[in-house]
Amino acid sequence: MRFVLRRAGFFLLTLWAAVTLNFFLPRMMPGNPAVAMVAKFRGRVTGQELASLETLFGVNSGQSLPVQYVHYIGDIATGNFGTSLFYFPSPVIDVVRGAVFWTLGLFGVATILAFILGTGVGIVAAWRRGGLVDSIAPPVLVITSAIPYFWVGMMFILIFGLKLQWLPWSGGADLTATPGWNPAYVGSVLEHAVLPGLALLITAIGTWTLTMRNNMVTTLAEDYVRMARAKGLKSTRIMLDYAARNAILPNLTGFAMSLGFVVGGAILIEYVFNYPGVGYMLLQAVENEDYPLMQALFLLITVAVLVAILLADIATAIFDPRTRSSE
Amino acid sequence: MRFLRAFTRNPKAATGAVLLAAFVVLALFPGLFAHDSPTAELYQRNLGPSAQHLFGTTGLGQDIFAQAVYGTQQVLIIAFGAGLASTVIAAAIGVAAAYLGGFWDAILSLFTDVVLVIPLFPLLIVIAAYVHNSGTTVMIAVLTFTGWSYTARQLRSQALSLRNRDFLAAAKVRGERARYVIVVEILPTMISLLVAAFLTNALYDVLFASSLQFIGLGDPNSTSWGTMLYWAQNNEALQAGYYLQAIVPGACIALLGASFALLNYAFDEIGNPALRPVRRRRQRALLVRRLSRA
Repeated sequence: MRFVLRRAGFFLLTLWAAVTLNFFLPRMMPGNPAVAMVAKFRGRVTGQELASLETLFGVNSGQSLPVQYVHYIGDIATGNFGTSLFYFPSPVIDVVRGAVFWTLGLFGVATILAFILGTGVGIVAAWRRGGLVDSIAPPVLVITSAIPYFWVGMMFILIFGLKLQWLPWSGGADLTATPGWNPAYVGSVLEHAVLPGLALLITAIGTWTLTMRNNMVTTLAEDYVRMARAKGLKSTRIMLDYAARNAILPNLTGFAMSLGFVVGGAILIEYVFNYPGVGYMLLQAVENEDYPLMQALFLLITVAVLVAILLADIATAIFDPRTRSSE
Repeated sequence: MRFLRAFTRNPKAATGAVLLAAFVVLALFPGLFAHDSPTAELYQRNLGPSAQHLFGTTGLGQDIFAQAVYGTQQVLIIAFGAGLASTVIAAAIGVAAAYLGGFWDAILSLFTDVVLVIPLFPLLIVIAAYVHNSGTTVMIAVLTFTGWSYTARQLRSQALSLRNRDFLAAAKVRGERARYVIVVEILPTMISLLVAAFLTNALYDVLFASSLQFIGLGDPNSTSWGTMLYWAQNNEALQAGYYLQAIVPGACIALLGASFALLNYAFDEIGNPALRPVRRRRQRALLVRRLSRA
């Protein structure tokens, strides 16, 4: 319990650091880029919205930095991220809400699948050392881990979308289908998810496999595995309950950490496939210099990653008694 | 010497080293390989591959082969610059935390952990968006500033395991300064870890820099693989059937990345014998031969 509380404290600290980064980054840059943004949108944005923008980015507010900072933290804490400039006059929070489901649905599933599949392949590769899986998977995966995510997406579009015309490769659903729980719409959503999902799965699976295999190799040399063998336990039981259970712990922590990378990949893949999720929206915001939306999306992504890390921490605490007792 | 032999005998290391060496040669002497200027818009647009233009031409009539060759330089400078810088910062922070211990360790580790979990690529996007058109120097600075934390954590735990060794106690008794102990006594024992960390960082720097350039956050007028992909995407090269405009730069990134990844994996195998591929039959044959000789 103390372990989980400590991690929750860390969660809050990191969140604060991310908010602070958001606050200082535009102000630190030479010639505050937000000034240009506010100037650009001055004609379209007026009155209260303009004032709120100016406080968020510290333009013309005449307040000292510490005062601005306190105001900023207050705004963020109460969920006031300002108004999106590109989707004016929608508040940022409404714009973001529409994108979250696409990303969670597609990349949540793809990431969890990649973790399970990758870990599984890693277990098998290490268990049958020098066998078929072990001689093919590691070298292939070392190379795939070096391929840029977005390029995998582009090649998928080229092969399965343009050449073979098997699957749609742009957008989240057919524009002709009416959104809702009808078979046509759900079917088209699923169809549109296949290529980007596969692209992410393929690029993300390598890391899990390689780290799991290497952890497993180390664990298999431990005395408790030899002991289990001496006891004459069934080999699947030794593989899963003795070796894999212990080897998976560093992989769980690794899962949390490389989530940042997966998020990066998801952003690029959404961009390539015009998939209407958070990453695509983030890049749209960057392109349109819609800084309030960009800041909100950055915070949202950070929170999502932090929640995932917290969950992985709790899982580690459940699987590994040592974390509970020693800390 | 023993290390060198292990290195040349490892097929992954050899492949990675040859690939990397080839790219370094391309980056140093691009003029030897490509006769066209990478930026001059001299030719007909969107030509297919031919003897004159090995990979065809771009939507602006530039030679794609020349662009790929000249583009090597920037990405290598970024990979080596940011890779080295972030490894150095990581070593300084990680080892200092482990060696100083106590309060400093708590502060430095907390700082490292916070930087570590803030998602890197979105942060890079946000910074690059404010900077506008990041050139080589800015790119290196941004990648260094964001990319040191994982290595720092790794090096800290390695240094922690050394803390109670006799040679460090001896240095302390001699009254050496902390800086001396860290640089002269601790860091040399971690060379292989440092090299592996550099290779990982360089790989990610290649991927991140190219990704940022691809989404248009680099300098659109520079010659680099990421920028080539940016223009290919902007001109809808895939949809229009000009595949090479997208395939060539992507394949270059993948090959350079693979060279770093292969070298890194080989380092792991050499450093940790447990991970080496097993060659049971050959080992047994060797054993038999040795026994029969004896």
